[in-house]
Amino acid sequence: MTGAQILIKCLKREGVEVIFGYPGGQVLPIFDEIYDMDIKFILTRHEQGAAHAADGYARATGKVGVCIATSGPGATNLTTGIANAYMDSIPIVAITGQVKSSLIGNDAFQEADVTGITRPITKHNYLVKDVKDLSKIIAEAFYIASTGRPGPVLIDIPSDIQLADAEFTWPEIVNIRGYKPTCFGHPGQIKKAAKLIAEAKRPIIYAGGGVITSAAHLELRKLAEKIKAPLTWTLMGVGGFPGTHELSLGMLGMHGTAYANHAIMESDLIIAVGARFDDRVTGRLDAFAPDAKIIHIDIDPASISKNVKVDIPIVGDARNILGELLEQIEKVPNTVEWLETVENWKKKYPLKYKDGEKIKPQYVVEQVYEATKGGAIITTEVGQNQMWAAQWYKYDSPRTFISSGGLGTMGFGFPAAMGAKMGCPNKTVIDIAGDGSIQMNIQELGTCVANKINVKVFILNNGYLGMVRQWQELFYKRRYSQVRISSPDFVKLAESYGAVGIKVTGKEEVRPAIEKALKIDNTVFIDFHVEPEENVYPMVPAGEAINKIIGGLA
Amino acid sequence: MRHTISVLVENKFGVLARIAGLFSARGYNIASLAVSETLNPQTSYMTIVVAAQDEKILEQIKKQLNKLIDVITITDFTKKEHVDRELVLVKVNYSTKDRAGLEAIFNKYIGKIIHHQDDTAIIEAVGDQAQIKSLLDELDKFGIIELTRTGKLAINKG
Repeated sequence: MTGAQILIKCLKREGVEVIFGYPGGQVLPIFDEIYDMDIKFILTRHEQGAAHAADGYARATGKVGVCIATSGPGATNLTTGIANAYMDSIPIVAITGQVKSSLIGNDAFQEADVTGITRPITKHNYLVKDVKDLSKIIAEAFYIASTGRPGPVLIDIPSDIQLADAEFTWPEIVNIRGYKPTCFGHPGQIKKAAKLIAEAKRPIIYAGGGVITSAAHLELRKLAEKIKAPLTWTLMGVGGFPGTHELSLGMLGMHGTAYANHAIMESDLIIAVGARFDDRVTGRLDAFAPDAKIIHIDIDPASISKNVKVDIPIVGDARNILGELLEQIEKVPNTVEWLETVENWKKKYPLKYKDGEKIKPQYVVEQVYEATKGGAIITTEVGQNQMWAAQWYKYDSPRTFISSGGLGTMGFGFPAAMGAKMGCPNKTVIDIAGDGSIQMNIQELGTCVANKINVKVFILNNGYLGMVRQWQELFYKRRYSQVRISSPDFVKLAESYGAVGIKVTGKEEVRPAIEKALKIDNTVFIDFHVEPEENVYPMVPAGEAINKIIGGLA
Repeated sequence: MRHTISVLVENKFGVLARIAGLFSARGYNIASLAVSETLNPQTSYMTIVVAAQDEKILEQIKKQLNKLIDVITITDFTKKEHVDRELVLVKVNYSTKDRAGLEAIFNKYIGKIIHHQDDTAIIEAVGDQAQIKSLLDELDKFGIIELTRTGKLAINKG
């Protein structure tokens, strides 16, 4: 078999259902095999779209997403998507063509040192030097991408390797001596954690993306209910705990709810599950939760005590550890008074916005929630749209909120929605976008229409790069520098691609437009003309303690 | 504070770049680095002297190194009984009348002349950091023209 044939056979063995990609000179042998393979192939309009789509697919399904591109520019176009997946620990395998082995290092046409470029943004990468290693490398790549703390793995395959012959062998077991992720928590540590929980007076659970990765949502809920602790989540943790639950405090951090921030600051015990104490969450570190002891459950030992000092670290898979912890907890703390305090914060500082005659972006998101009855997969772009989507839609189950957390990649939401829809064809998939972000990967309209990928894009069009404008308003004396952005006529644009476009300028048209869009079996763009200078609140200025909330509502 | 760690890695293409890249990306400093194959040609030892302000950073460095797939084990010599050595080659000003003076230094410390030509000599010395430092202090008066050193190697006692 040729290297290209081996590759396709391996992808089949790995259970790959769909590949997102773009052809080119150095992947011709692979695309010749793709011509008659029985895995779905989605030709995107840009390699970045392929990487984000693979990422969105992985986030929606929990499976490994796969994308493919040619050497040089094809590969460099993937890199933003790879970095995005890396920051959010998303399992994708990226396959790139490379110039012939004999030409590597010669500045050949469309050559780039892709393993060099992607080394700091992949969990691991490979340059295939011998076709005999190919199947082993592919098996390892999928294993590494999907286990432990997941992440992207890149395989760079020179074109001569794609053509070279080898016998097909398949490693049934992958054994990498330098890679043995810890799955089960240390029993002694879990016992200590149970003891600390029993002694707590003001416990809070702080849940991150690890809950979703390890499918620990049921155990998490049981824990919160058992110890009667309020629970807050990170942007990556949205959906890991029901947003409608009485113990839920919503998101914390820079744009978290005031009550979540007050609660974590005043807590005496933080149970962190699959979260990494990111600066957007902790605010000023030396002022963060001064009275709290910290139990930190995480699969990545390097995440523990990286930013904050942890009292009880437990390394391992969140689901396993929470299951074990639930059994170990005999005595539960009395949190009646604490829950009352938290309830008072909820009443005093509710999440709210000032509604008006113009369309408020928050109102649009609320209407999307009601129209979909909370049942959709929501993807977001980055900026204000992302925060409003996280704040005003209530997510009750994991893998229903898909957003670029760590890297903050504008242009992510639309291709990610495409990937999510490919993975979950029976779900309604909506990208909540801004007019700036959507223009960063708008070419994927072509992909959606050509492949009948029915996603909805709801643009909160305020004519600004809204989040940057908000910072300039608040911290740069309203000197609006390069944040006014023009847009095409989104309706005509959508139509020119063969999709459907709807323009909404009046508040009363919001709900009907959403209802209409949801009924159309095609890609739909709705261009919501919203209040131009609406801000995302609550807000904690960067570098401040997270109870120093601005916005008049806290 | 300087710490010596030894990293056993897969002897694969690009491993050095992975390690070096990790240090530069995360802002850690490498004071010295020595790399060579082990008895098993499939693995290499990298002996790295890192400059870490505190224990927390050293811990992070070890954890981050451990995350690399090609890293097999890490040994931190900070709290371990071990011996360490460094090789240094020093070119000094030299004339035959210096011979006795140099011999006296070599008797007291370490080192030997391995080559001399015209008015320079090349001295080789193997020792621990303190020995090398003493030697270099002594050689200073002869006028050191050039020097090169390997970086530290370390091995466990027992």
